[in-house]
Order: sequence, then structure tokens, then C-alpha cells
Amino acid sequence: MSLDISLRHRFVGVSLDIAFTAPSPGVTVVFGPSGAGKSTTLAAIAGLLRPDACRIAVDGTLLADTGSGIWLAPERRGVGLVFQDARLFPHMSVARNLRYGQRRAAPGPIAFDAVVDLLGIAALLDRRPHSLSGGERQRVAIGRALLAQPRLLLMDEPLASLDEARKAEILPFLIRLKTTLNLPVIYVTHAIEEVLRLADAMVMIEDGKVVASGPIADMAGRADLPLARRDDAGALVACTVAGHDTQRAMTRLAGLGTTFLVPLLDYAPGTALRVRIPAREVILAGKRPEAISVQNVLEGRVRRILAEASRHAMLVEVALPGGDLLSRVTPDAVFRLGLVEGGPVLALVKSTSIEVLAS
Amino acid sequence: MIPALSPDDWEAVRLTLGVAARAVGFGLPVAVAVAWVLARVQFPGRTLVNAVVHMPLVLPPVVTGWLLLITFGVRGPLGALLQEWFGVRLVFTTAGASLASAVMIFPVMVRAVRLSLEAADPGLEQAARTLGAGRLDRLFTIALPLAAPGIVVAAIIGYATCLGEFGAVITFAANIPGQTQTLPLAIYAALQSPGGEARAAALSMVAMVLAFAGLLLAEWIGRRLNAALGR
Repeated sequence: MSLDISLRHRFVGVSLDIAFTAPSPGVTVVFGPSGAGKSTTLAAIAGLLRPDACRIAVDGTLLADTGSGIWLAPERRGVGLVFQDARLFPHMSVARNLRYGQRRAAPGPIAFDAVVDLLGIAALLDRRPHSLSGGERQRVAIGRALLAQPRLLLMDEPLASLDEARKAEILPFLIRLKTTLNLPVIYVTHAIEEVLRLADAMVMIEDGKVVASGPIADMAGRADLPLARRDDAGALVACTVAGHDTQRAMTRLAGLGTTFLVPLLDYAPGTALRVRIPAREVILAGKRPEAISVQNVLEGRVRRILAEASRHAMLVEVALPGGDLLSRVTPDAVFRLGLVEGGPVLALVKSTSIEVLAS
Repeated sequence: MIPALSPDDWEAVRLTLGVAARAVGFGLPVAVAVAWVLARVQFPGRTLVNAVVHMPLVLPPVVTGWLLLITFGVRGPLGALLQEWFGVRLVFTTAGASLASAVMIFPVMVRAVRLSLEAADPGLEQAARTLGAGRLDRLFTIALPLAAPGIVVAAIIGYATCLGEFGAVITFAANIPGQTQTLPLAIYAALQSPGGEARAAALSMVAMVLAFAGLLLAEWIGRRLNAALGR
């Protein structure tokens, strides 16, 4: 199943022309700078804004289609929307806020107690919204949207208005939500941390247009996309725990068609994990080094070399059997190693530089 | 200095309170409906409706009373129908005094309700829409509860204003003791009769106390309701 979204809309001076397909279930992050058209896209999917032309299909159900004159009102779409500013009803208790959508929806699989438990808001049920902290408010808003039994959940920068501590408080709930509920989610953000932790797929928007879209691992590993311009550029790799070597205090992870060694992890073999390998931590070599601390020496091919003029650096895409790594090196190193696109290369990855993100 | 109120005076006070209660009771729901339409619905002629609603505020009250007289009088278009179908006569009756008062306070109430409807965050109604609430549903569960402080204040201010309505009431309902003679009309009648100054003073005191109490009550309740909404 999937989401098929396409829309065109013209404002004064700005025009929006967006089309993408997203997995369902799964979290698709819509990523891009402010003013790129992310929130407008969400408003159109929810039906709060009527674009000049659009086609919105969720798991095969048409919510809007200019071609055949279909336009469902927001209240009849079954599309949940979590706003940046929570928008809880101030004259109702937390419990009544939570039940507002539930009472108006057909019975569905998402149960009140399960949501309250998942979001950790049992202690807040009798409180009024104005007595809640920003993080608590946002959790209630997420619960309220979920209990309306949406076929699609939209989240418009739900963490943007919170400070770092509150973000860290909510992110684990969002990860739990993603693994517990089989729901398609479109999540708008410009925070890379949320992308890395949550995204299954990503749609990058700039100036009202889709720059690139696809599975998150493909997007993070491409040297030509905006993500690679960042200081913390790096590959995002889906792995499973292959085994532990307790004697050496190492864990073997299978991913990218090869295996990596990382410092011993507390996960059972077979657990699916997500790891990030920062580009600046990946060393390139022409031949196998000896007497070196690096644990992971991976054979690959140079797929592409891109110059980063502003940094006096080069980004090298290294193709491994099951995906790409990114390495950021100096132009001089590329020259000395005689790296050419299509040629062989060894990627050296320190075990301690691999960031393990829970999946 | 001020003589005690006679039974007739108490009758005027009682009548005034009753007329004001009816004027607010029947006028407020209509005022809320009109305020909602003016605040939320785009339609041609909105400016005209808005102007008509505000007319009693700027017209001389006597003119408002006269307009009511020619509309609701026994031979007026609406008055004749009411008489024929329901056997109801408004001119020179307590009901007529209530109608005249309601028309006079109507613009004040519409204004107060409309301001509080417009002050509510439209984002909350958007949120309600995405949660499956249709237009009427949103009106009763979101817009009106959030406008409650404005509605209650409109009712109290409207009630207090009713206690002082004079021109429209005397024109449309006349000055009949026990039926249409409200406080201001009784004060006027007292001043017209020789030696009535003391009675006028006593009734004026009552009017002042009622008006002042109304203002204090409106202020206090408005604050309480806003606090309940976390504002």
C-alpha cells in the first residue's frame, strides 16, 4: 500500500508543484528549509487548504482528485493532523480533548488506554491544557489525533516549538508509536535528528518543488543531495545484529551486504537496528593497512566523487554490495590514492565511530 | 430623606426586571445567531445586514419605537398577522415593552458576541475539523464555549441596559402602570406630577443600584469565565 500525493498551487509570488509516493505503513519525512512549502503540502493533504489542482490517494482511497472533481472536506477525510502548536481545546480536560475525535470516528483499532499508555499521559487526564508543559501538550495532541482512528497521520513540526530537553522527552514516544501502530505517517521537519531516528522514507522539498525522494538509506548515502552538504553528513544503514563476541567485547552487525564490528551492544541477535556512519569518520585506502586499530576494512568501488568547494573537501560515494557509504576526504587524498569513479577502494570505519540508533 | 417605596413603585421595579429578562431571553439567541453569521459567513449584503443590526444604536429611540409601531401595530404588516394567527397583540402590552427593549439592546449584544467569536483562535476550529467535526458540531462544541465569556457579558450588559430603555418603550408600549410602566417611565411620570420629586429620587436610586450591580457582575463573571479557559 502507498500514499500518492500530487498538488499544484500558486500563491502571490510562490508556486508549489509537489508530487511524491510514500510507503504505507511507514514514516515519510518531508524535509526542507522554512518556506519551502512543507506546511502548505500538509494543509492540502488534510483538506484545510484547497490547491489549484491535486490528487491525493491513501492506500487506494481517493481523498481529492481535481480531474474527477473529488474533494472531501477535512472532517470527512480521516486524516489526523498534529500541529506545531498542539491546538488543544482550552475549555476541555485532557480526557475530553482525547475523546473529541474518537467520539466522532467509526470504531477503530486504536484504543484509548493503549494511546494513554503509549504516550505516558495517564496522570494528565483530568488536567486542563493551560496547566500542561509544552511537551505534555504535544503528547496529548498526538494522542487526540491518533484516537480519531486516522487512515493517515500528518505531523507538522511537532517538536519545533519545544526546547532540547522536551524534544528528547518526546522522541522516544514517537519511535514507540512508529513501531507499535501500523499507520502511514507524513512528518514535516527541518531537524536532522528527527529524520535520522524516525524516517523510513524522505521527500526533500526546496522552493516548492521535490528535489529528491526515496527510502531514507538511499537518500542519506547520496553525495549530491542537500543532506550531504551538512557537516554531519553520513550514511544511514539498516542492520541486524548478527552475533556477539563477548571475549573481544564486540558485536557483529549485518548490513550493506557485509558485516561491521561495533563495541558490544545489548541487543539480541536478529534485532533490527539503524546505524549512522558519519562521512568524516570513513577513511579511504588503496591497499589493506597493517597494524592499525581500525576494525572494519570494507572493499568497495568508487561510485561518484563530488567536490565540496566551500570546504576544500571531496565527498566520495563508496559502493558496497548492499548500498553506499559516504566518505569526506581532502582533494589531495583523492589525488594521492588515484581514486577514479568505478575504481576499487577500501573504506576503513572505526568501530567507535558508528552511531547506533535504535530502530 | 428618601421615602420608602410604595407598592406601586415595587410593581414598577418588578415589571422592569421581568421585561428585561424577557428581552434578553428572547433577544440573546437571535443575537448569537446573527453574530455568528456576521463573523463566519461570507455572503453578499453582509455590510447591509450589519448596518441594519446597528440601526437602533444610532437612531433616535423614538424613531425605533415608531418603526415598531407601524410594523407590529394592530394594522401593521406583522402586527396584523400576529393578531390574526395567534391572537397576540404587542402594542401597549408588557410583551411589547419587552420587544422594544430587545430591539434596543440587540446591537450591543450582537457586537459583544461577535467580538468574542472573532477573538477565538481559528486554529482550534481547524483542529476540530481534522478530528471529524462538521460546521454545526464545531459551533456548539468549540466556537460557542470559547465565546461563552462574551455571551454572558453581552447578556448582563444587555439586561442592565434594558432597565433604562425609555424612548422606544414609551412610543411602542406606552406608559401604563402595572403593564408597561418600567422604572424610567415611572420616574418620568413621577416628575410630571406635582410633588413627585421624592418618588422620582427613590426610583432613581433603585435604578442606579441596579445598573451598578449589573456592571460589577458582568466584570466579575467575565473574569471568572476567562480564567476557566486559561486566558
